[in-house]
Amino acid sequence: MTNLNTIPVTVIGGYLGSGKTTLVNHLLRNASGKRLAIMVNEFGELPIDEDLIEAEGDELISLTGGCVCCSFGSDLIEAMTKLAQLNPQPHHVILEASGVALPGSIASTLSLLSDFSIDGVVVLTDAETVRARANDKFMADTILRQLSDADIILLNKTDLVSAEQLIDTRNWLMSVANGAQVVNTRNAAVSPAIVLHDFAWSKESESQPLAEHRECFETHSLPMHEAVDPALFIESLLSAYPQLIRAKGFVKDLKDNLKTLQIVGKRATVSDAPQGVKTGLVVIQRLEPRTGPAEKTDE
Amino acid sequence: MNTLYQAKKIITMNPARPHVTHVAVRDGMILGAGTLEELAGWGEYTLDERFVDKTIMPGFVEGHSHAMEGALWAFTYVGFFDRMDPNGKVWSGVKSIPEVIARLKTTEARLPIDAPLPGWSLDPIYYDNERVTREHLDQVSTTRPIGLLHASGHIINVNSKTLALAGLLRTGIDNPGIPLGEDGLPTAELKGPEVMALATVHVGFSQDFLSCDEVGLINFSKLCVRAGVTTATDLAARLPETIVSMMQDVTSRDDYPARIVPLIFHSGIAPKDLIARAIAIKPQSTDKLRLGKIKIVTDGSIQGFSARMRAPGYYNGAPNGLWYISPEHLHEILTACLKHDLQVHIHTNGDEATELLIDTMDKGLLKQPAPDHRFTIQHCQLADNAQLRRIAKLGLCVNFFANHHFYWGDEHYQLTVGPERALRMNACATALKLNIPIAIHSDAPVTPLGPLFTAWCAVNRLTASGRIQGEAERIAVSDALYAITLGAAYTLKLDGEVGSIETGKRADLAILEDDPETIGADKLNDVRVWGTMLGGKVFAANTL
Repeated sequence: MTNLNTIPVTVIGGYLGSGKTTLVNHLLRNASGKRLAIMVNEFGELPIDEDLIEAEGDELISLTGGCVCCSFGSDLIEAMTKLAQLNPQPHHVILEASGVALPGSIASTLSLLSDFSIDGVVVLTDAETVRARANDKFMADTILRQLSDADIILLNKTDLVSAEQLIDTRNWLMSVANGAQVVNTRNAAVSPAIVLHDFAWSKESESQPLAEHRECFETHSLPMHEAVDPALFIESLLSAYPQLIRAKGFVKDLKDNLKTLQIVGKRATVSDAPQGVKTGLVVIQRLEPRTGPAEKTDE
Repeated sequence: MNTLYQAKKIITMNPARPHVTHVAVRDGMILGAGTLEELAGWGEYTLDERFVDKTIMPGFVEGHSHAMEGALWAFTYVGFFDRMDPNGKVWSGVKSIPEVIARLKTTEARLPIDAPLPGWSLDPIYYDNERVTREHLDQVSTTRPIGLLHASGHIINVNSKTLALAGLLRTGIDNPGIPLGEDGLPTAELKGPEVMALATVHVGFSQDFLSCDEVGLINFSKLCVRAGVTTATDLAARLPETIVSMMQDVTSRDDYPARIVPLIFHSGIAPKDLIARAIAIKPQSTDKLRLGKIKIVTDGSIQGFSARMRAPGYYNGAPNGLWYISPEHLHEILTACLKHDLQVHIHTNGDEATELLIDTMDKGLLKQPAPDHRFTIQHCQLADNAQLRRIAKLGLCVNFFANHHFYWGDEHYQLTVGPERALRMNACATALKLNIPIAIHSDAPVTPLGPLFTAWCAVNRLTASGRIQGEAERIAVSDALYAITLGAAYTLKLDGEVGSIETGKRADLAILEDDPETIGADKLNDVRVWGTMLGGKVFAANTL
């Protein structure tokens, strides 16, 4: 249940080498003043670029811009509880799951903590290796479970494969993805609007490219004057906008109660809205690139 | 001055001289085992006749245990089977859910108001799988938080108060680890480490509490004396400076009756830091505290359905389990350890986890040959013959979980792996035929510390319901006694110092009231322990 007093959490999953660390650093560099808290398994292979680090402690590393990085070792719940007590609180938590972890399980556990709400599960894949990994003697089912846990999948390292391979891989991903949206990326350089809750709704995001090369999104505003059945409405929304990345707003349900609607990829949550808000929904949709489906950069 | 001890029989585990009547000790070292006349040749002596009617064996070596059992006894024992606590009291098994409630009420009466009530070793499979619910535990108290850890360590049962404190006493929860009752509220069984963590802090089981503190370490050593154990592992320790100091301090005391071998657990540390830490603490070892080995856990447990299985997977169709390390990290740690001469013990329960380990060792040894690495697979419960043959070629040791058959044998037969695989689980006999060096263990506190019982399990392979499970994998009493002495010592690279009673080895003895070689294979677990000797110092169980 999302409610306004909780800190949003994005769980980032994906196998080793898929670009999770690159994504984390990219988000830190584009945080625009938001306080991000990065949660990692252990500091040893610290996924933070040197120049972003301000001070290193045993349990917490201070980063530029008021961001922090914490390790949770084998006690995630304790680490999250301490995080919620930080003053000032982070705006958004990014949990980088280990390469063999199931991000969906982590999200499911964290959603039980009253201080936090799950914003989304983002899984990265290496365009060059993901199909082989999904056939790996030991890792196949883990990879497929990670993919089916995802709300948004970043098909990363698109520069390492040919245009045909990319299309093939993208199609295959969408067939195993269980409804997640797939966004092509290079160097995990995706717009923070995709991964982070607060960004999607600021004015700046409307004119940002979705990802570094070619991928774009458009925003639609729906006034939502009519009352709706939230569950049915979500279904029809996802049909109307098949490439929907995020949606957020307030609607009136059939009993005239105001409800908050949030959609990230395939994850939809409906909760009670705060008092006095006006109805209206904003939808962010991925656009197929104008020159054709999922192409990579020309050199 | 030498001390000569006379016994009814001394089982030396030295093939050159397997049975003698006397052993000579000086300064914590064995001068020799033989006749009085032979040992008199070492010089002036006093003859200690306390053990004249006892049977003496080398002090038992427990190659897979956790010092944490010492800490758990601070909580209320609610296990199905009788179990002895560090002070020698035998707590009777709790045979039904009403008895669980009754025992908790007894403890409850002595606790300060609203203090938490933690318990341990609950196992509903013995209650015909009737689930323990929050309504049951609410009968004990609705105002203090109650939490009962299951024997497997994977599940905790709590009462409504604990649920409320954890923010879970509400409808709308959708999590596989939190089963719901008909009223839409959690039944208060919390499954799996992440979900358990939501409750443990409220019931007095903080993460730190469960790793060993001074009191726990001392209590653990008392359990060792009562079980005839002189060397025991603490097989998954976090070893920060403070804990290492504490352990050095405690174990160095003259009256500390055990040698502890803690291994650094891989989880929560990056591979290169793990290696660096092991290299750094190895030189800080003392006689009674041996540091520098590493423990890796690759998968979960079979009865918790978190072990990694090859096709066809779990018998009841449950989905495959969880990896706790990536193949890349496993490779990185193993090859670094081969290079730096650090010994590694690796937990694998499912056969897929065992397969990954075998493949990784195979590749690692090609790059970095190590003729005497003795890396040891812990549990290795489901290895098939083909895997065991590869294990033999790669010079790996195996420490089998022989106790599992007794406690979970029926469960494995009916539910987890099915009859055929259950019969060949923990394949001690096959391993011996293939010349794989083996040991057998309790994994205390998962099952009680007690090598004689573990030996009984490996020899008899009886389940709790009395069925023999896997006659072909039973081993001889002599092999079992070897496994709990020299066999385990070998897996710890301590076979030159302990495990047999011979000249030059440490004076570590298990002093028994009964003779395990003549009591009968089916009665091995009835052999009574009088006490131990560690480095020449005698510890009687009844004066601990």
